[in-house]
Amino acid sequence: MAEAVISLADVTKRFAAAGPPAINAVTATLAAGRITGVVGPDGAGKTTLIRLMTGLLRPDGGRITVAGHDTVDAAARIHGLIGYMPQRFGLYEDLTVAENLRLYADLRGLPVAGRGPVFDRLLTFTGLVPFTRRLAGALSGGMKQKLGLACALVQTPRLLLLDEPSVGVDPISRRELWRMVRTLVGDGISVVWSTAYLDEAEDCDDVILLNEGEVLFCGAPQDLTRRVTGRTCHLSGIEARRRSVLAEAVDADTVIDGVIQGRNLRLVFRDPVAEAGRDLLAGLTGVQPAWRLDPVPPRFEDAFVDILGGGPRGRSALAAGRPAGDRMGDTVIEAKALTKRFGSFTAVDGVSFAVARGEVFGLLGPNGAGKSTTFRMLCGLLRPSGGTAGVDGFDVAATPAAARSRIGYMAQKFSLYGNLSVRQNLRFFSGVYGLRGADRQRQIDRMIDIFALAPHADAPAADLPLGFKQRLSLAAALMHDPPVLFLDEPTSGVDPITRREFWSHINGMVERGITVLVTTHFMDEAEYCDRIALIYRGREIALGSPDDLKAQARNGDLPDPSLEDAFIALVEASDAADRSAA
Amino acid sequence: MTRILALVVKELLALLRDPRGRSVVIGPPIVQLFLFAYAATLEVSNVAVAVYDQDHGRWAQELVQRIAGSPTFTDIRSLDSARDLRRAVDTQAVIMAMQIPQDFSADIEAGRPVSLQLILDGRRSNAAQIVNGYALRIVAGINADLAAERGQAGAASVIVARNWFNPNLHYHWFTVPSLIGTIGMLVGLAVTALSIARERELGTFDQLMVSPLRPAEILVGKTLPSLLIGIVHATVFLLVATLAFGIPFTGSLVLLYASLTVYLVSVVGVGLFISSLAQTQQQAFLGAFVFIAPAILLSGFATPVENMPLWLQHFTLINPLRHFLVIVNGVFTKDMPADTVLANAWPLVVIAAVTMTAAAWLFRRRLG
Repeated sequence: MAEAVISLADVTKRFAAAGPPAINAVTATLAAGRITGVVGPDGAGKTTLIRLMTGLLRPDGGRITVAGHDTVDAAARIHGLIGYMPQRFGLYEDLTVAENLRLYADLRGLPVAGRGPVFDRLLTFTGLVPFTRRLAGALSGGMKQKLGLACALVQTPRLLLLDEPSVGVDPISRRELWRMVRTLVGDGISVVWSTAYLDEAEDCDDVILLNEGEVLFCGAPQDLTRRVTGRTCHLSGIEARRRSVLAEAVDADTVIDGVIQGRNLRLVFRDPVAEAGRDLLAGLTGVQPAWRLDPVPPRFEDAFVDILGGGPRGRSALAAGRPAGDRMGDTVIEAKALTKRFGSFTAVDGVSFAVARGEVFGLLGPNGAGKSTTFRMLCGLLRPSGGTAGVDGFDVAATPAAARSRIGYMAQKFSLYGNLSVRQNLRFFSGVYGLRGADRQRQIDRMIDIFALAPHADAPAADLPLGFKQRLSLAAALMHDPPVLFLDEPTSGVDPITRREFWSHINGMVERGITVLVTTHFMDEAEYCDRIALIYRGREIALGSPDDLKAQARNGDLPDPSLEDAFIALVEASDAADRSAA
Repeated sequence: MTRILALVVKELLALLRDPRGRSVVIGPPIVQLFLFAYAATLEVSNVAVAVYDQDHGRWAQELVQRIAGSPTFTDIRSLDSARDLRRAVDTQAVIMAMQIPQDFSADIEAGRPVSLQLILDGRRSNAAQIVNGYALRIVAGINADLAAERGQAGAASVIVARNWFNPNLHYHWFTVPSLIGTIGMLVGLAVTALSIARERELGTFDQLMVSPLRPAEILVGKTLPSLLIGIVHATVFLLVATLAFGIPFTGSLVLLYASLTVYLVSVVGVGLFISSLAQTQQQAFLGAFVFIAPAILLSGFATPVENMPLWLQHFTLINPLRHFLVIVNGVFTKDMPADTVLANAWPLVVIAAVTMTAAAWLFRRRLG
């Protein structure tokens, strides 16, 4: 084992005396010269743990040493050794790139004389040379993180702590960030990288996996992934029925986890695939000869779900109450040459697509590419500058109230009334959608029942655990049985169990004729979609099923591209086409 | 209707279940009521005045005694020359000097009109104005007594005097009713200005906008709760004013509540306008502050409007608080008749219409 750069001994931190601790008895050692991932869903305690490591928070119990210094007694010594990049950019948005760098150099007491070469090196390293005069607030998410990284590096630190550096960063910039951090590790810097994206865990040298303030696993990610080796497979050949097959499969005792990946299912078995798979196929209804089980390499996420005791099972009770959908295949959501201009800037440029009843349609794209703007025009939050948006037969701009009554909407972050109780929130949303009397009460009771909200029904919504907030948001969006559901990055940051539960409801509803439009930059979520429109620089650069998009990116170097590979390839191809046109 | 009702209930719950919201609505207004009523009272007392009596007759004596008898004027200095008078005012030894001319008593006895000269220290314009008012009242008292002495229906004139004036010179009688207007504005504005901005910050605003609620319904749903809270406040203040401070309520409750409603709508309109403009609660708060400070300064609450330069007096006409203060004080202590109330209330109707229209326009525009 290499020399330890951070050691945590039985560290506990609580913010409310009564509540559960934010960090509970964490013991871990972080080796020098490596990338250590602090991995876990939102609310797991990642930021708290990193702030404890920087000495910005004092532990309530236990001891932390950074490079041999105690964080309580020698916080100032530690601050001289580390670079820290807080979540949400510790940048001054009203200063330019160069001014931000200068400010951090001043704060670090870097002598003015030696600054020129340092700045040049950092700007070159982060690719920000052309943007030194731009305001930090005007940078894209990825560029902000690169600038944040540069600011944390003005004085070469021994230890670099990055709190969720990849949030709001598109896949291309994310790969660049990883490359940069790898270079730094090569120079002998130790790095702590926190993330809610489980796929990033596999790129770390070591991982501290946190859930609800407790360490589930500490060590090399491969050691964790190994526990599910031989138990993971794809079920293919089921394309049209994959949602109902998934619901049935995860109900089987042999299956501990299942998700949709494009046209296939990814299943994790309790026992090795060989026999367990045969048993499963024997047990499913309507098995066709074309159905096949192929082993696939395990992922970190599979192992995480395995530790947590498996994904949720069963069918969605929400869908069970709905009549089976009819007129499947009719067009329900339609964008025709949708365009939005803000001043001279064209945010969305002639985007067109049609979504059929019972389809899950994804808008995928980097931040600032125009996917949110497209989404907001379709649900009536923004007026298009050109083109039309139609929902369930209504023109959103011409008859907004009628169109909106057909829509259920779930915002990206929890956006219900935090100081209203669960029941009051449901009462409000049912009232807003015109439900009254006994219908209203029946619907509220039904939602509380389906989402198991009863124990929290009178608690303020803000105090709910994250998973329950998610359920409440979905319940509020579905109060009026809308035929169309708009989801804005519905499960970013939530733990994998909650995400599966959420999608089991969505899948069930879709089977019964609900149409779903979802924006996401999250590849796992995109895999659940029937079709995806890839939005880049305001234009729709690709449209097709996840497997179609992957096929477009397939080449000799990438025989089996992931959706992220496909995303990057398509965006780069679009850039190349723009360059040759220019 | 169900939709608006749901919105109103939500709005009230959101405010009252939030400890911070609760404290904004309940705590400070009550504290301010007592603070303003006692500490920030505009009463002028323990004032030194000078009298330069050139008459020394019966009526001059009567006048000096009445001044000495008023609790406001505790220090009466007798002067012997115009030069002393000038020095007394110059050195701020007294705030007012009264010059009683020769033949003052003789003229009164003969039934001829007389004049008195009051010299006031204009450097302390507020206090001087108030002292001036006191002095005029004392003189008016003498007039009334004179009229009575000369065989007119004395009892009647005494009653009229009580209704019209504030004979004991209690300044609570002005301050406390005025607080219905000023604090009503503070709370009404704070509640509405923050409401939309808060929803923007929390992301619940989008959630509202994708519901079938029309913009007009949202505005109504935002206006009613603030109106309700404002009216509850006013009622509490009314009760405190009459029960705790013993201020007699002389006018018509219907007139008061009707004008209060129009007044609050105009204030809520301003609040909604600010709220539509602001992206964050912080901006909304600053916006409210930018409005409230001049609205109170230019209302006649602290500085009489008549003391302001003429152009500024015209400017105060767009201030709803200025009009409402006239109404609330008039209705409260002077039994202001309906036509006078109306004369002061129609500008409020205009202001309310303008602010609400502007808020609705901006609100729609911000959706584009």
